[in-house]
Amino acid sequence: MKDAAGITVTVNGTPTVLGVAPGRRLSEALREELGLRGTKVGCDAGDCGACTVLLDGAPVCACLTPSVQAEGRDLRTVEGLAEIRSELQAAFLRHGAAQCGICTPGMLMAAAALLQANAAPTRAEVETALGGVLCRCTGYAKIVTAILDAAGQGLRPAPQAAPAAGQAVGARIERLDGGPKVDGREAFGADIAPERALWVRAVRAPHFAARFSLGDVTGWAAARGVMVFTAADMPGRNLFGVIPDCADQPALAAGRIRMRGEAVAAIAGERARVEALSFDDFPVDWQEETALLDPAAARAGGAALLHADRPENILIGGLVHSGDPEAGLAAAAHVAEGAAETPFVEHAYIEPEAGAAWMEAGTLVIQACTQAPVMDRDDIAGLMGLPPEQVRVIPSAIGGGFGSKLDLSLQPLIGLVALKTGRPARMIYSRRESMATTTKRHPARMTARAGVDAAGRLLAMEFDGDFDTGAYASWGPTVAVRVPVHASGPYRIPNYHAEARAVHTNGPPSGAFRGFGVPQAGILQETLFDDLAERAGMDRLAFRRLNALRDGDRSVCGQEMQGVGIGDCLEALQQPWDEALAAAEAFNAAHEGLRRGVGVASCWYGCGNTGMPNPSTMRLGITVGGRLRLHQGATDIGQGSNTVIPQICADALGVPLDQFDFVGPDTALTPDAGKTSASRQTVVSGNAALKAGQALRARLLAMTNMGAAAEIGFAPGVVIVSDGAQRRQIDLKALPVDAHGYAIAVEESYDPPTEALDENGQGRPYAVYGYGAHLAEVEVDMTLGTVRVIRLTAAHDLGQVINPLLAEGQIEGGVAQGLGLALMEEFIPGRTENLHDYLIPTVGDMPEIRPILIETPDPEGPYGAKGLGEHALIPTAPAILNAIRHASGAKVTRLPALPHRVLAAIREARG
Amino acid sequence: MSLYLRPSELQEALAALAEAPVTIAAGCTDLFPATEAPALSGPVLDITAIGALRGIVRTAAGWRIGATTSWTEIAGADLPAGFDMLRQAARQVGALQIQNAGTIAGNLCNASPAADGVPPLLALGAEVELASARGTRRLPLAAFLQGPRRTARQADELMVAVHVPAEAGQGASRFLKLGARNSLVISIAMVAVRVAAAEGRATEVALAVGACGPLAVRLPGAEAALHGVSLADLAAALPAAEVAAALAPIDDIRADAAYRVTAADELLRRGLAEVAEALA
Repeated sequence: MKDAAGITVTVNGTPTVLGVAPGRRLSEALREELGLRGTKVGCDAGDCGACTVLLDGAPVCACLTPSVQAEGRDLRTVEGLAEIRSELQAAFLRHGAAQCGICTPGMLMAAAALLQANAAPTRAEVETALGGVLCRCTGYAKIVTAILDAAGQGLRPAPQAAPAAGQAVGARIERLDGGPKVDGREAFGADIAPERALWVRAVRAPHFAARFSLGDVTGWAAARGVMVFTAADMPGRNLFGVIPDCADQPALAAGRIRMRGEAVAAIAGERARVEALSFDDFPVDWQEETALLDPAAARAGGAALLHADRPENILIGGLVHSGDPEAGLAAAAHVAEGAAETPFVEHAYIEPEAGAAWMEAGTLVIQACTQAPVMDRDDIAGLMGLPPEQVRVIPSAIGGGFGSKLDLSLQPLIGLVALKTGRPARMIYSRRESMATTTKRHPARMTARAGVDAAGRLLAMEFDGDFDTGAYASWGPTVAVRVPVHASGPYRIPNYHAEARAVHTNGPPSGAFRGFGVPQAGILQETLFDDLAERAGMDRLAFRRLNALRDGDRSVCGQEMQGVGIGDCLEALQQPWDEALAAAEAFNAAHEGLRRGVGVASCWYGCGNTGMPNPSTMRLGITVGGRLRLHQGATDIGQGSNTVIPQICADALGVPLDQFDFVGPDTALTPDAGKTSASRQTVVSGNAALKAGQALRARLLAMTNMGAAAEIGFAPGVVIVSDGAQRRQIDLKALPVDAHGYAIAVEESYDPPTEALDENGQGRPYAVYGYGAHLAEVEVDMTLGTVRVIRLTAAHDLGQVINPLLAEGQIEGGVAQGLGLALMEEFIPGRTENLHDYLIPTVGDMPEIRPILIETPDPEGPYGAKGLGEHALIPTAPAILNAIRHASGAKVTRLPALPHRVLAAIREARG
Repeated sequence: MSLYLRPSELQEALAALAEAPVTIAAGCTDLFPATEAPALSGPVLDITAIGALRGIVRTAAGWRIGATTSWTEIAGADLPAGFDMLRQAARQVGALQIQNAGTIAGNLCNASPAADGVPPLLALGAEVELASARGTRRLPLAAFLQGPRRTARQADELMVAVHVPAEAGQGASRFLKLGARNSLVISIAMVAVRVAAAEGRATEVALAVGACGPLAVRLPGAEAALHGVSLADLAAALPAAEVAAALAPIDDIRADAAYRVTAADELLRRGLAEVAEALA
């Protein structure tokens, strides 16, 4: 019998001794003892598979393996993958199979195990092999394709030369930041590990609503050899929030908590001590209060107010009104009305929030996962009582965000510890902590009514929705404003009235999640339009094509629309629609018990802030040595801005992409490119990059007095500008160096031209819109109520495709999240704070996805481009719901469409 | 550092259990998810180095499946068709990562109402073998499982094996699991169906349902009703009332109770139809 100390394992071919406790998770031993941080940890429960490693060739979750069980065995991690299966890594890059990259090591190792055992797997075998690894970005399509390619099972695209100068836009190139994502070098929040860092944990509220008083916390901490920080220690204003006017969330609660999991103290100390602590005896006296968890109850008279200055617990309401909707409905030949209810939806990125903070020459430096470095900097500065220039935010690699990582999470806690102690501080949220305390998609309760004339033309629509915004404001105001603007869908509706309210409850804060409330509104609007089409006796696609917005039409906000691509998207679906309807009919004629159906839904989505400024700035510099650098502050959360923005800039400057070096994002090094949100980076930061490229080109041509068609090149110490006849050089050493160290530099900003909305929601809320339409084909088991999505055809108008490979990836990933929203995702506070009770789609849940890229140029977008990130999610759920109804008659009005709800709806339809 | 024992001999393990209560660890696929700590807290008795506890052997009376036999080993084992349902269940315990680590005894001792291994083992008439320094005893699986997270195991006992009688290998069998997604899913309902037949009629029927009550259960009333029924009529002859009476489902986040009864009934019929077709 032994109590092992020192575990001998062959790690990536090298005999290695692990000096950890035998029962320590192998993932911990690899990451913290050996520094092999390529193995990622997403859940510590075997639910996500991100930590998959190979033990004697078999895939296991390192988080579930006591280190001692690796004794004497052969262990392989992503760091050692290239020695056995480098072709997998190359294929992942070639196919864009890594987006954010957090699941990539797990996917690669699971795939390696498969290929070691089965050199020529089928698609089904690949799906089985990947069934234990969750991905939230890709929709799995490109991962499966990449593995089949690596195995030589066809599907390998012809090799392409790197695009020449001026040819980058539209090129199907691999992402420029892909290498570290496939070899384990990418440093996410949990991988930032300064020496001697204090370990930080939060003491969190066990109740939804309570007052509390703290006892002798200092004595408690001293007795345990750790430090404790509370609200009293916060040097600045102890409130934060993404919308400064609504900032209402304390970083550490002071006497009152409004949500379960709210932090009341931060504990810091040596890691082993802090992680061994139990908080059960932490000296806090709770006086639990009645929790408001239902928006209707929260609005009712006499309900306690979460925030004293927000009557009826309404944070804010939004309104759009045009024409005379009552008269329009009265005049309608056919009217339909409906209601729908959606739950909290969790972002479920595979990377729980994590990061580190330290002091550097009087500046507080925070390196953590974020989508919004400059907003973070300003909010942290306010909390810490520091001027913004004394806070530096360096985004780590971000393992998925989808909106939630726009808000602060752990940054104030590690910032406070670093500031107060002068020592580096590190914190990694547990999966439960991440799910319980960070923002969610707003639950919505919506009603709507719409009417058409005898020819099926939309006359009027009314929409009303309560959106549960949880305990704190977060992005509630944005949702309340965006929803009425978008609830019409991309259709011409002359008479319109839409209202949405963000209502506080003691739920987790609802914030930004891919679409800001528009997906919820789209679910009701698009299912309602199926009713209208039916009443008008029209084919459902024909109904949408008839009513789709066209160039020159006015939106419900009175904005004259240009570059409208919805008609082209719907037209692209006509043939797939006809074929799908025929296929479903044939299937249904030949089967009993299973019914197939087809559904369609549209989307539109305005890119950038609603009627408010949201500029981006890009800097391009040429060093004395002749290197070209793009300071690119937009955070790439997997969506591809690190590639797309350079592609735009390269063509504007007229040089090949391989001439660029990249800097940032880093608030000390990159100008503000705004937040990665609202599908704005391609359009807004892309336009800033376009302007910067054009400005630098103009400068270089002017300095050399060369014509517009000249070519620009770089060599050590010089810029070379040439055309067929002449070749001129700029001697960089002869030029003065600017404050940023450049011989030549430009900085350009772009802010989309919008107008604020008036009291009726009229104005020009967005400069650029993107459009899309999805066609879902489903099979419903009429006895069990289960739904299988067979195929999803997704037409999206991108204006100008900057990178088709990345665009397809956005669409496939959006479809996966939309499918989850439709069929399985339901976050219940206190009940589903893990990834086995909260379900997101696995590889086997995904249908075949057929992306169709449409290019209807936008007059304002860079090279005509439009945003895509959020659009890709919006039509999926209503298309699936419409297909379920077409197949089975089931009208599911409460999401998700779990089997028991579908079966109940089937029975109701049968009467 | 808390005590972590990893003996290579069974007697050492039993001696440790006789001394003081310990947490028994094998695949750890349930132990680690139950904690956020970076290490198992002790004292821990890790039984994975005991070679005698692993593997499947044919015995005079049937089959002996060692306690730490993994689901992957079960899925790939050379066993007769009566075990097909167990091998099918093995492929649905989590995903490959879980199947490579998780063990049969761990699945049973964890005693989840939704444990994938239980319905097929019930339908195989399995017994569990518990050993302690005091001796060994065998219990029918149905007697071992006493409720959610409750078993008949005494603190000093170790489950060393699962035994399946020889006659259970006969016939054909099927495991069906229903969840709200494709992989890595906790069941809404699951069923195991095993039928032996002669001359086109069922001579032995074993039905078990999981995730539809605090314990997975056999359905003796329904089984009796199907004795002697022709294979072609088997699915239709399943008495719905007997199925409903045997189950005690709850409403939870995955489904409501009424739906679970409907689903279990339908899954049993589908399982019976598939098994009948295999036997025909």
